[in-house]
Amino acid sequence: MSDPASKLIRMAGQMADFFRSQPDRPPAEAVAAHINDSWTYRMRADLIAALQAGAKADPIVRDAVAFITLPQDVPRGA
Amino acid sequence: MKDFIIPDRDMGTPAVHSDTIVSLTVDGIKVSVPAGTSVMRAAAEAGISVPKLCATDHVSAFGSCRLCVVAIDGMRGTPASCTTPVAEGMVVHTQTDDIARIRKGVMELYISDHPLDCLTCAANGDCELQDMAGAVGLREVRFDPGANHFMQREAGALNPEYRPKDQSNPYFTFDPAKCIVCSRCVRACEEVQGTFALTIEGRGFDSRVSAGMESDDFLSSDCVSCGACVQVCPTATLIENKVIEIGTPEHIVKTTCAYCGVGCSFDAHMRGEEVVRMVPSRDGKANRGHSCVKGRFAWGYTSHGDRQTQPMIRENIQDPWRVVGWDEALDFAASRLRQAQSDHGRDAIGVITSSRCTNEETYLVQKLARAVFGNNNTDTCARVCHSPTGYGLKTAFGTSAGTHDFDSVDDTDLALVIGANPTDGHPVFASRLRKRLRQGAGLIVLDPREIDLLSTPHMGEGLHLPLRPGTNVAVLTALAHVIVAEKLYDEEFIRSRCDWDEFMAYAEFLADPRHGPDEVEKLSKVPADLIRRAARAYALAPRASIYYGLGVTEHSQGSTTVMAIANLAMMCGNIGVPGTGVNPLRGQNNVQGSCDMGSFPHEYPGYRHVSDAATRTIYERVWGVPLSDEPGLRIPNMFDEALAGRFRGLYCQGEDIVQSDPDTSHVTSALAAMDIVIVHDLFLNETSNYAHVFLPGSSFLEKDGTFTNAERRINMVRRAVTPRNGHEDWEITQMLANRMGAGWNYAHPREIMAEIAMTTPSFSGVSYDLLDREGSVQWPCNADAPLGTPLMHVDGFVRGKGRFIHTEYVATEERTGARFPLLLTTGRILSQYNVGAQTRRTDNVVWHPEDVLEIHPSDAENRGLRDGDWVRVASRSGETTLRARITERVAPGVVYTTFHHPATQANVVTTDNSDWATNCPEFKVTAVQVSPSNGPSEWQEEYRHHSEIARRILPEAAE
Repeated sequence: MSDPASKLIRMAGQMADFFRSQPDRPPAEAVAAHINDSWTYRMRADLIAALQAGAKADPIVRDAVAFITLPQDVPRGA
Repeated sequence: MKDFIIPDRDMGTPAVHSDTIVSLTVDGIKVSVPAGTSVMRAAAEAGISVPKLCATDHVSAFGSCRLCVVAIDGMRGTPASCTTPVAEGMVVHTQTDDIARIRKGVMELYISDHPLDCLTCAANGDCELQDMAGAVGLREVRFDPGANHFMQREAGALNPEYRPKDQSNPYFTFDPAKCIVCSRCVRACEEVQGTFALTIEGRGFDSRVSAGMESDDFLSSDCVSCGACVQVCPTATLIENKVIEIGTPEHIVKTTCAYCGVGCSFDAHMRGEEVVRMVPSRDGKANRGHSCVKGRFAWGYTSHGDRQTQPMIRENIQDPWRVVGWDEALDFAASRLRQAQSDHGRDAIGVITSSRCTNEETYLVQKLARAVFGNNNTDTCARVCHSPTGYGLKTAFGTSAGTHDFDSVDDTDLALVIGANPTDGHPVFASRLRKRLRQGAGLIVLDPREIDLLSTPHMGEGLHLPLRPGTNVAVLTALAHVIVAEKLYDEEFIRSRCDWDEFMAYAEFLADPRHGPDEVEKLSKVPADLIRRAARAYALAPRASIYYGLGVTEHSQGSTTVMAIANLAMMCGNIGVPGTGVNPLRGQNNVQGSCDMGSFPHEYPGYRHVSDAATRTIYERVWGVPLSDEPGLRIPNMFDEALAGRFRGLYCQGEDIVQSDPDTSHVTSALAAMDIVIVHDLFLNETSNYAHVFLPGSSFLEKDGTFTNAERRINMVRRAVTPRNGHEDWEITQMLANRMGAGWNYAHPREIMAEIAMTTPSFSGVSYDLLDREGSVQWPCNADAPLGTPLMHVDGFVRGKGRFIHTEYVATEERTGARFPLLLTTGRILSQYNVGAQTRRTDNVVWHPEDVLEIHPSDAENRGLRDGDWVRVASRSGETTLRARITERVAPGVVYTTFHHPATQANVVTTDNSDWATNCPEFKVTAVQVSPSNGPSEWQEEYRHHSEIARRILPEAAE
């Protein structure tokens, strides 16, 4: 079993694996859109925090962070 | 409400479809029928019953009993009306003096070899032989007693022709003494079920119905206990044990089976509040009068001794349960839920809706989360089975559902079956498919295992692509590669219904040699030539259909596989016409419905995203509360959040997540970390071992509502029996919601359906009145389609243009290596259902008392294993033990088991890998090692210990 943050990064990485081969839109935006659609804001915040803290991830996932939205009252980054 | 319905009449021979209409006269009555119809059926259409014994409209005519003879002007002799087709201008007489004499003679011969114990016979009042003796006016039998099949002893000596009853099957009895050798049972076994277990052995007077070889009884034979033979038997020869035990039913309640996603319609034959038998409805649009062993016979769990009927609570999961009243249980549950929210925030609690409960119940449970908890933490067990179907098909076609109805199988020229085992998982659909295969339709199976469908008697050669688990996307993309490379695609369809440029981009993607059969052979182990043959067969069949199951969805690339399937169907123009389509075989009875009803954390009913302001406004107005626009937690996320301490309370209705979800120890530690777990179920299931509140549920026989099957068909479930627990499940959810301040006041599920229809465009035409009138409807059902939609995407895709999505194969992270060299894949078996909570509590256990591990002989030999040995199966997640079955059905390197028994807990071994888009767990691929064992694993021992402690119930205090 893996710790929660690396699990989120792994899930996002799986999305990157799918969207990198899609021709219709930049993969980072597509990954972020999918995450915005299907993850809770806490999971999104945790992912952003982990990446900002320097966790390793697929470059697409790193780029996706810019497009991941959070509710106004949730601070961006840990 | 009870429905008193006269079962519809047997028309004698099956309906015939023809554009040519033929007119004839029967006993002076003019009647017009399709060409090819039998005289017997034409007479029935005219309201005239011709006496018959061997004929029934379940099977094709046979012409053996000679009771149905008629006179036809201009024809010589007395032809059998069942085998004589109508002709234009024909004049038929069903009653003449000659015919009466013939019929009486026929009956006299039949009765001369039949016991006259009618008064004490189990078929008394429901016997066609009895009816026909009456109909022909038989008053005496002139033959002296002679050689016969029914007397045990004759003149003191044993009768060599007598055979005792066969009571080996737990649900029905075969009494050869009562048999008239009409062959209905044999023909039903062949034509309806397609198993060919029964036969007539011997000739002339020696003819007998036999379940296979002489040494076989019904249980040891190939019989799958579908009940078709029992249903068509005109006498007491094959009869339900319950009828023998109870007697004839006195009323019928029409309802829907609560097992798999086929959603068979059933007539519950009742005596008072007791079910005598469940008989598949002849007018059932999903099953057309057929059934399987589960729906037909395995409903005894509803009155099993393990059934809990009283609410229970406890402080800690180590404590014994304390039986309490509803008020105390609900107050306890509500206050703990609210406490969890006040301690840990609004998002700290959630619900899991059930794919086994009705649409109305599911709708209320998700409404509880959204409107009362104030979050979107609602998910359904569809998460762990068909969530990729919803996502994949919505992306490709615009609708999260299958495209066709089951009737469509009658028109298919080729069925491509992927990751499904219909003869076990969806038996009634399998019988319909097998019928079509015997008529000459082609079959391609993509499955790691050699499934029974491939050995269907009397079909042509089926293609089996035994791919390595986890390589679905590679193989499907290779099929598309071949179709594009050989220009076998349907250009006209693609140009008119899809985006041509998008297709060209996909074609370019496919053209790369990495998607070619030769490269794909290396990773999938499917010979390249087989891939090419399958691609050509699918593309060249005039009407090819795809049916798929959990072997598609339960993978890390589940959603991609669904999209690859959609691509194949679109590029070959196999959408929008009967006999084609993309048809997911849903696991549980209401998987489709639970998804439709807004169970998913990101979607309101009708698959509208929670961030969609227009939809949210509708629900805010109808529910009268502000709603969250943030997606909630999916089931696997709930467990992760629980371990992180942020998710503290769960209301779980009708699901056994401990047994059915992957990586059991992860699930149980998550549940153990929560403050309040409420299990609402029929039984103290595995999940209840970690619960603080148990709310007893009602079975499908005890409530009103609707189920939606795999073909989007909304079927009525009707209350036949008073709930043993005192309340229908929707009432219990309402009571809990009201304890938390909801203020709901639904008086009947029809009011809940009215709210669903009011708020959901694809359901806007649905009402109980409509369902009562039509029997069932398939959504979308609205102003555009007032009677529903059997086929979707007929003139255009719901999303506009069908979308081709690139399907790059990505190997799962679950890989074999030195420590775990084998791949475990899981599935199910005919007689058991899902976690077995229901079927294990019926006599179905005679067929499958325990889960076993299928392993190839070479893998077994390498490990020194013999058939029946205890083996230990270990993965990165955990280990369990079970018995080995050595078989070549699985390829070397692959092992297979089922997950029906909690003692085995196959899911201790499965991992937390999941589909990239939906988090649907990767049940179908786990790297494992198998080794000899001499007993239960440590985990099994620990779990058994906890399970015993957690299921204790304090004796109720004596007053």
